[in-house]
Amino acid sequence: MKILKICSIILSTLFVSSFAIASDMKVGFIMVGPLDDHGWNYQHSVGIKAINEAFGDKVETIYQENVPEGPDAERVMTQMVLSGADMIFATSFGHMDPVINVAKKFPDVKFEHATGFKTADNVSTYSARFYEGRSVIGHIAGKVTKSNKIGYVASYPIPEVVRGINSAYLAAKAANPDVEFKVIWIFTWFDPAKEADAAKTLIQQGADVIMQHVDSSAIMTVAEEAGVFAYGQASDMSEFGPNAHLTAIINGWGPYYVKRVKEAMDGTWKGKQETFDGIGDGMVIIGKMSDKIPASVRKEAQDLADSIASGDIHPFTGPINKQDGSPWLADGEEADIGTLLGMNFYVEGIEGDIPQ
Amino acid sequence: MLKIEPRKNRSNFLEVSAPVIAVILTMIFGGFLFLSMGKNPFEAIKLIFWDPIMSPTFSEYSRPQLVIKAAPLILIALGLSFGFRANIWNIGAEGQYIMGALFSGSIGLALYPLDAWFIFPLMILGGIIGGIFWAMIPAILKIKFNTNEILVSLMLVYVAEQILALASISFLRNPEGLGFPGSRDLSKYPSASNPELIANSGIHVGVICSFIAVVFLTYFLTYHRLGFQIKLIGQAPKAAKFSGVNVNYIVIFCLGLSGGLAGIAGMFELTGPAGLINIDFNVGYGFTAIIVAFLGRLHPIGILFAGLLMSLTYVGGELAQFMLSIPAAAIQVFQGMLLFFLLSTDLLVSYKISFNLGINNSNPKSKSE
Repeated sequence: MKILKICSIILSTLFVSSFAIASDMKVGFIMVGPLDDHGWNYQHSVGIKAINEAFGDKVETIYQENVPEGPDAERVMTQMVLSGADMIFATSFGHMDPVINVAKKFPDVKFEHATGFKTADNVSTYSARFYEGRSVIGHIAGKVTKSNKIGYVASYPIPEVVRGINSAYLAAKAANPDVEFKVIWIFTWFDPAKEADAAKTLIQQGADVIMQHVDSSAIMTVAEEAGVFAYGQASDMSEFGPNAHLTAIINGWGPYYVKRVKEAMDGTWKGKQETFDGIGDGMVIIGKMSDKIPASVRKEAQDLADSIASGDIHPFTGPINKQDGSPWLADGEEADIGTLLGMNFYVEGIEGDIPQ
Repeated sequence: MLKIEPRKNRSNFLEVSAPVIAVILTMIFGGFLFLSMGKNPFEAIKLIFWDPIMSPTFSEYSRPQLVIKAAPLILIALGLSFGFRANIWNIGAEGQYIMGALFSGSIGLALYPLDAWFIFPLMILGGIIGGIFWAMIPAILKIKFNTNEILVSLMLVYVAEQILALASISFLRNPEGLGFPGSRDLSKYPSASNPELIANSGIHVGVICSFIAVVFLTYFLTYHRLGFQIKLIGQAPKAAKFSGVNVNYIVIFCLGLSGGLAGIAGMFELTGPAGLINIDFNVGYGFTAIIVAFLGRLHPIGILFAGLLMSLTYVGGELAQFMLSIPAAAIQVFQGMLLFFLLSTDLLVSYKISFNLGINNSNPKSKSE
């Protein structure tokens, strides 16, 4: 009898405590990888924390890690909505079609999709002008490289990644005309082993600065061991390579998330919005710059970041030719947003082909 | 002093109840795992095993989802189980699944936007051929050069993944997709789509097909000569050879069957839930199906239940993750526990554990055993 009594006490406390939360709004997040990747997904979790800090008990946040980009994403989002979520943030490009499908079934739920290009009455998209950050780190790379070879570990040949390579190359070339880029495509966003292998190959080919458009911190670790430089991707990765880490392009989702949740609560949230913010809006943040960068270069980089933020400098300003030598932008002309969003060509000077 | 001794007769009671005991043990130890993470274990177990089937909030949606998620697992595991019975270890079903999807997808996309009744059946055929083709590579290498089919089939998974990536960014890429990887959405191409059979449930032809396969293969294993020969090779390879079983033929048959079923599973997944060929098309069904095959004790009916149970841990595991903020890794540990406990309770079917307190220990050797 005593055991039964103890059990019933445990049971009742456990159940009561967990069902006692009442909030005005429930916001769900789906991530393509683990939250502790120290990169892309981790920064979204920082954004979730910003929501929790801003709204406290008024907003309940739920999340799910490792959601594949296909029918599984559709199921997870549907279950989140059934559990009472009023708003869903899908944080990976490949969640795009699942978002559109689920949004059609639940017209009263608000959806936000990162980096995609499909919207609806209850679906908005958001992305950051990461290429602005790439321009700043490209400038630093051009200045600090001794071998004049810069390695670039790229994920998938989608416009966002191609844009980053072009932007970094243009800035590096402007800082150092002898600079060469070597790009390796590994067709994954998160695979520490593949990322490390690609970085090692680039270092063997003589690269002494490695850039990455993949999510893990493996490249930073390899760079530290090999005594070359690298950059934090999406968040500060200096703990993985205190000597290698030059600076980081940090994704600042917090302000946007807080703003959109607030709009949803106030009833002013709108679908069909396509947000594309940069350094000036705080969505792209240049991290702390390492002492290994000469002070003068640090100042140049900071000035470049400030000018991009204020709009005085656009990373894609003519004259720029395409890789095949055909003209793209005339002298002084700035790239239009449509071309940037669909960018599928290298600029002149980059060797190799985009996998087609 | 624990001692493991073979039983004279296999325990019939344990044969039936071992999977149930394994599930109960998983619940108990999984509960402690969740408790150690500061989560309510009762609520977590309820979310995983009960809510997807019975909760008024989720069940209407998640019941058909369980079957949809289970269908490819069942189809692939059915094929694998025949090989596993005959000691032919196809570890590369994931690759055959991809090739099935690629072959059928290529047919569908090549004929786009033609509207004709024969496209869908042709794509099914393409899926089967794609899967068999990929499985025949380890089969023929094994017969001709005695290579290890475990390694060859596994390595071919990575080759298939590379071909899939290549296809998504080149020859199967959607020409209207603004340069992004991924093919056209076949689920929006009526002649090639695998539509819902029951409105809003998502249940498609592949689900029905997996049930038919269970019935057909149960019959085949029990009554057909080849089913008997497969069982014989696994249990007594020498006896099988003496009795005139053509081992090479069995290798071809088992790998072909598992490849074909994996290919057709890929085809149904492509034309139904997934809709399009993309770099991340495969999500590990081919590997999970290995667990399902053993969980179902390599028997078609067992595999049916094992597939549904596995699917329940996925769908319910997702609920537990976002409702209680349990990390994805903990759910994977939980799924791993299930297999671990099943294999360990399996041991008890043909062995018994006796406790020897050392009082009547006349044989000092047994201590070290």
